[in-house]
Amino acid sequence: MLTALSLALAALLLLGAAAVPLARRPAGARFVHAGCLGACVVLAVLAFWALLASGGGPVLALPFGPPWGRALLALDGLSAWFLLLLGVTGGIASLYAMAHPAAQPGAVPPFPLLLAGMALAVVAADVFTLLFGFEVMSLASWALVAADHSRAETRRAARLYLMMAVLSAACLVPAFGLLVGHAGGFSFAALRAAPPAGWLATGVLVLLLLGAGSKAGLAPLNAWLPRAYPVAPAHVTALLSGATANVAVYVLARLLLDLCGPAQPLWWGVPLLVLGAGSAVLGALRANLEGDIKVVLACSSIENIGLITIGLGLALAFRGADLGPLAALAAGAALLHTLNHGVFKTLLFLAAGSVERMAGSRVLDRLGGLIHAMPATAACALVGIGAAAALPPLSGFASEWLLLQALLAGWRTGDVTFQVLAAAGTALAAMAAALAAAAMVRLFGLVFLGRPRTPRGAGAREVGRLERWALVIPAVLTLLLGLLPGPMLALAQPALATLLGRAAAVPAQGFALLGGSGEAVAWYLPLALLAVLLAAGLLVALVVRARSPLETRRGPTWDGGFIRPPDYLPFGDPLTQPSAAGLAQPLHRMLGAALYAARETVDMPRPGETRAARHRATLADPAHDWLVLPAGRLRGAVASWLERMRDFTVRRCLSFGFGTLVVLLALLAWLEAR
Amino acid sequence: MQTLGGILTQALHLALMLVLAPLVPGLVRWLKARMQGRRGASPLQPLRDMRKLLRKRPVLAENASAVSEVAPYVAVVATLVALAQVPSFSHGMLLAPLGDLLLVAGLLALARVALALAGLDVGTQFGGMGAAREMSFAAFAEPTLLVAVLTFAILAGTTNLDAVAATFRDGQLGLRVSLALAGLSLLAVALAENARMPVDSPGTHLELTMVHEAMLLESSGRHLALWEFQAALKLELWLALLAAMFLPFGAAPGGAGPLAWALGLLAWLVKMAGLMLALAVFENAIAKMRVFRVPEFLGAALLLALLAAALLFVSTGLA
Repeated sequence: MLTALSLALAALLLLGAAAVPLARRPAGARFVHAGCLGACVVLAVLAFWALLASGGGPVLALPFGPPWGRALLALDGLSAWFLLLLGVTGGIASLYAMAHPAAQPGAVPPFPLLLAGMALAVVAADVFTLLFGFEVMSLASWALVAADHSRAETRRAARLYLMMAVLSAACLVPAFGLLVGHAGGFSFAALRAAPPAGWLATGVLVLLLLGAGSKAGLAPLNAWLPRAYPVAPAHVTALLSGATANVAVYVLARLLLDLCGPAQPLWWGVPLLVLGAGSAVLGALRANLEGDIKVVLACSSIENIGLITIGLGLALAFRGADLGPLAALAAGAALLHTLNHGVFKTLLFLAAGSVERMAGSRVLDRLGGLIHAMPATAACALVGIGAAAALPPLSGFASEWLLLQALLAGWRTGDVTFQVLAAAGTALAAMAAALAAAAMVRLFGLVFLGRPRTPRGAGAREVGRLERWALVIPAVLTLLLGLLPGPMLALAQPALATLLGRAAAVPAQGFALLGGSGEAVAWYLPLALLAVLLAAGLLVALVVRARSPLETRRGPTWDGGFIRPPDYLPFGDPLTQPSAAGLAQPLHRMLGAALYAARETVDMPRPGETRAARHRATLADPAHDWLVLPAGRLRGAVASWLERMRDFTVRRCLSFGFGTLVVLLALLAWLEAR
Repeated sequence: MQTLGGILTQALHLALMLVLAPLVPGLVRWLKARMQGRRGASPLQPLRDMRKLLRKRPVLAENASAVSEVAPYVAVVATLVALAQVPSFSHGMLLAPLGDLLLVAGLLALARVALALAGLDVGTQFGGMGAAREMSFAAFAEPTLLVAVLTFAILAGTTNLDAVAATFRDGQLGLRVSLALAGLSLLAVALAENARMPVDSPGTHLELTMVHEAMLLESSGRHLALWEFQAALKLELWLALLAAMFLPFGAAPGGAGPLAWALGLLAWLVKMAGLMLALAVFENAIAKMRVFRVPEFLGAALLLALLAAALLFVSTGLA
């Protein structure tokens, strides 16, 4: 099995190399993406198989690797779960990319490399291979973000992305270094045998949260995310959000729950809970305030990653408090939400790409009424939006139900501080869910409902057949995941076993999800719910049809008293429709002013003046002002200081080199002496 | 026998809920009018309105999509299924294992999203304004509801509606400050969710202040009838939920006979009448608040709910 896996990885690498000459022609690009699709299907099947066989396979040592050993691969439960997610989202994204191969030749070669890097990071069984895969992933995704580098916006986003990748590496490598130095070996087995404690463990936790957290998009180090996601092509963004962020989640889960051992204290979960809850609310709120489809979806990704992190933090805390079943509940919620979010976010980003291509814009204020021109896309997007808004019986609700059940059980830890934190976390998670629902309603309402807002948007057409399949498949998967969360969690049992030990019991039974612990258990039965909903729907429809047999009639609507639109606007005056800023206004005032320094300025003409009134709504991400800008200034200062070294005289250069040598020798002598 | 009783009580419960739903807003309106010294329309007026609307031909806007036609059904069905889980006169109904407070919140969210999408479908200003406000209020109402649920979950050990209500009815818990605080916060949520005073005025059609009505401006005929029915169901649901949680006396236990059901029904009707009277008194006594004061109102409710949970943490030293 691992051999097949490494062959698939090698095939992806070869595809990446072959893509350089092939990408110039559409047929070649299509071939490359078809190859990616095949490799992803292989990965997904292998992962599914490994999960069915309950993981825990042998470790494969590749015949090459770092100078001091060989690269190790293994497919245990956790790896297989994330590989399954990677295979599914990667396959869908590749299928979508096949539909229009001529889109961006620059984005073709790094795509297989990104897939290979992520797969390598996920199946690695030693630190070096994991970090290597992670950095391949970072570099390839940077290349993908920068694919359309002729635009200044893209270049800025790519530079920011690269800086964040460097920061994340600069934190992850020392985090692993601390562990390796403590354990004296690179393989995961060696790390597991020597779990860190005390200050060492704290150092690992902090560095890991900085390194993997910034990659996943946790607040406050997520200023790059709403900028980098929109500039990449749609299928790349889908993969970045659906898989790359989740690889960072994988690193968090692998290190904190698996490699650092089961003996960590309860407070280990607290930073994750706090960061997760903060990210969830901030991301969901910002999704309500932005005016670009992809930025809205990127902010919604921040929210979902925050929810997943809450689940991981709760799992850590429950394990620290010796509450095994509740730890399994929280970890199960995190794992299930990872998969659900990966699938529905892939769907939404791909639908956003279709809208952008067919209606010529991804700015909310230039779209509208697309449900008439693109009914299939709209239907698929509606499924994704329902899942993102956590509506029953779709997939988002199932995993958020589990997560809320875990939060509602937070008081069982017995520690008053944690109880209060969990209660606040419950409120914040619920608020994030409601804010996400508001953001999704706004998104769907502005893009697909109402009337077109530009002539270009009015001329939109439905997408082609292949592209439609790439939307229908994740939509169907979202429906299935929503109806079958129980079997999916049963499938995730090996992953839970990797995280929490063999005895971890899945919080599911048959088709039902179980919440709580002890004899008083709450159930969520999506299939029964669907049956009841359908039966009630049938009943209501029959009664209403019998009582109200008249067919509907169409008529003009009262447009709030505005004058008739001019003839060059056959679809009506877009200014009389609700705008993106208008729909954002209540939340902009209620929460945005406090959390995002949101300001509104109204420029009202005096009576008699003929110019139009102007309304401007602005918001500033505090993380950008307080973290990114000072970091940029620091980098500039350091660079200009280093620049002065070029003007050093020979004497100073020599003394500099000599001084370095002396310092290093002294360090060596001190280390030897200890 | 247990299953048969479950099926029978569930069917009776549903029939009762469907029949009484249009009466609830009518009665509240009638009580309010009486207190203001007016004669008021008959409590049956909403029922007559719905029957009239059903007979009329629905007119859709020229650019209305399928959303306008499907959304009312989705909202009614979601609310109805949520209502089917809230125990009224008896516990142990057929859908009791399915009934869950989080699921009720999810189904209400589904209905709310359907309503907001219907409001946005035609692309007029009022629909958009109402949708944006409705969804924004939910961002404050949902956390409050969930934290109140946390108090129930701590006291009853589960979020299953039937189990929570049965625990409260058995009365081992006694009177608790936490429950009183959670009750106050739930009342605030109920007012906001049902677009009642002081959050929204159910009696007016003044554009600048309306939230719920603004989203229904474009619907007519059976669609409007369904929306009105949904609003009635939602009001009934919240009153029934409050009755089941905070006035659990008299409801028949699971597996009881028809006599206990009759007594439970009587008790339930008295409870509902009391709650409707309280709502009417409250609405007559208070003025509508500005839209941007609503977050303060709901934020205070959220703080009360958090206080209720925190009191439980420190008072009992739960472990």
